[in-house]
Amino acid sequence: MEQGTLRLKTGLAEMLKGGVIMDVTTPEQAKIAEEAGACAVMALERVPADIRAAGGVARMADPTIVKKIMEVASIPVMAKARIGHFVEARVLEALGVDYIDESEVLTPADDRYHIDKRDFTVPFVCGCRNLGEALRRIAEGAAMIRTKGEPGTGNVVEAVRHCRQVMDEIRHLCALPEAEVANYAKEIGAPLEICFMVRKEGRLPVVNFAAGGIATPADAALMMHLGCDGVFVGSGIFKSGDPAKRAKAIVQAVTNYKDYAMLAEISRDLGEPMVGIEISSIPEAQRMQERGW
Amino acid sequence: MGMRIGVLALQGAFREHVVSLKRLGVEACEVRNLREIDSVDAMVIPGGESTTMGKLLTDWGMLTPLRTRIEAGMPVYGSCAGLILLCREIENSTQPRLGVLDAVVRRNAFGRQVDSFETLLDLPVLARQGEEHQPFPAVFIRAPVILQVGPQVDVLAEVKGQAVAVRQGHILATSFHPELTRDSRMHRYFLDMCS
Repeated sequence: MEQGTLRLKTGLAEMLKGGVIMDVTTPEQAKIAEEAGACAVMALERVPADIRAAGGVARMADPTIVKKIMEVASIPVMAKARIGHFVEARVLEALGVDYIDESEVLTPADDRYHIDKRDFTVPFVCGCRNLGEALRRIAEGAAMIRTKGEPGTGNVVEAVRHCRQVMDEIRHLCALPEAEVANYAKEIGAPLEICFMVRKEGRLPVVNFAAGGIATPADAALMMHLGCDGVFVGSGIFKSGDPAKRAKAIVQAVTNYKDYAMLAEISRDLGEPMVGIEISSIPEAQRMQERGW
Repeated sequence: MGMRIGVLALQGAFREHVVSLKRLGVEACEVRNLREIDSVDAMVIPGGESTTMGKLLTDWGMLTPLRTRIEAGMPVYGSCAGLILLCREIENSTQPRLGVLDAVVRRNAFGRQVDSFETLLDLPVLARQGEEHQPFPAVFIRAPVILQVGPQVDVLAEVKGQAVAVRQGHILATSFHPELTRDSRMHRYFLDMCS
């Protein structure tokens, strides 16, 4: 019997495909998310919009919050550790969370290195803005990738940009003559052997979700059209007027992203969406997507 | 005239099942609504989240028609979440289900993701004449087990004394994920059931 294998880690991500992973901060919210059809929840002390508003150093959630959410949810529970903070990750693994997000939403703990994720039994998901970043994270052991977007803004533009960037670079890598692959790998800072895996499959070797700014069913469907396997919704649900209804609508939108009549129906009367932030109004130093190396 | 197998594609690992079936040379497609269900001869319900899939089946009025099709004899294979949805009783849960398999299931029976495991499983029903019989590489991810079965249900494999693969006539269910491996024997067994 083997545990913590790459197949088990990437396999759980395969099971999440076509689904919505929702940020929750209380057991009550976790229940609402599960009732709405979420395929997993992210247990947090504060959603990204509140982290952004609060400022200061954002850290791993209090284990009591994570434990309480794990007790009520029958679906997988994820939790965030700071970039490079392998002790926070070990604590979350000891708590028994099902996936760890090494996340730029929290304040990085290491300004040069990410966590060596290969050594853990629990699987990790990491954010990326481009193919090089995605493949570096996979080399470190990430079993699932997501776009970074710009968390806590309710503005989908950065997630779209990051997704298109990754897809564009995959197409470019696949079209290159073999003699030019090593140089391209060097240019984007990606391990050569993983570049060859991408060329062989024509896609990332792990599941790729959208995250960072998704606020409406149409946003979620847009990310599915761009080639994502599913979506994370952070502040977009519990910062909106009617979380239960919006959560359910986003779940339905992800499965039926090509059915526009249905999208029209499920987008009706959802109440107030979260208030959005224009990206250019955020000082560069406060953009979470710049975190990660 | 070949058989057409539909893989329920509401959420989860449907792509992998389609690939596994196509590798065996049959026509396989993703199904998302009643019209598509009507166009197939047999169905696979994949792994994923059983609560999510049950909810979507209910919301879109697919649960009862699909149950009726299965009760009328359409062959069906459920893996992991698919197994849960097929069972008559889900321990401590009122979540929506098809309920066509006379069995009681416990979700996440081995624990959380850190307890997920791979193992070699003895599955005598996969043996074929002229082939050397090998154990099956079984991938268990937050997997369920079957606690009790009715008289019509055959237990095909066990882990730690608990049923992880069962068959009731034209209904097949496994706790593990053959679609995540290159071993096609479980899918081949299902196709044999369909013909």
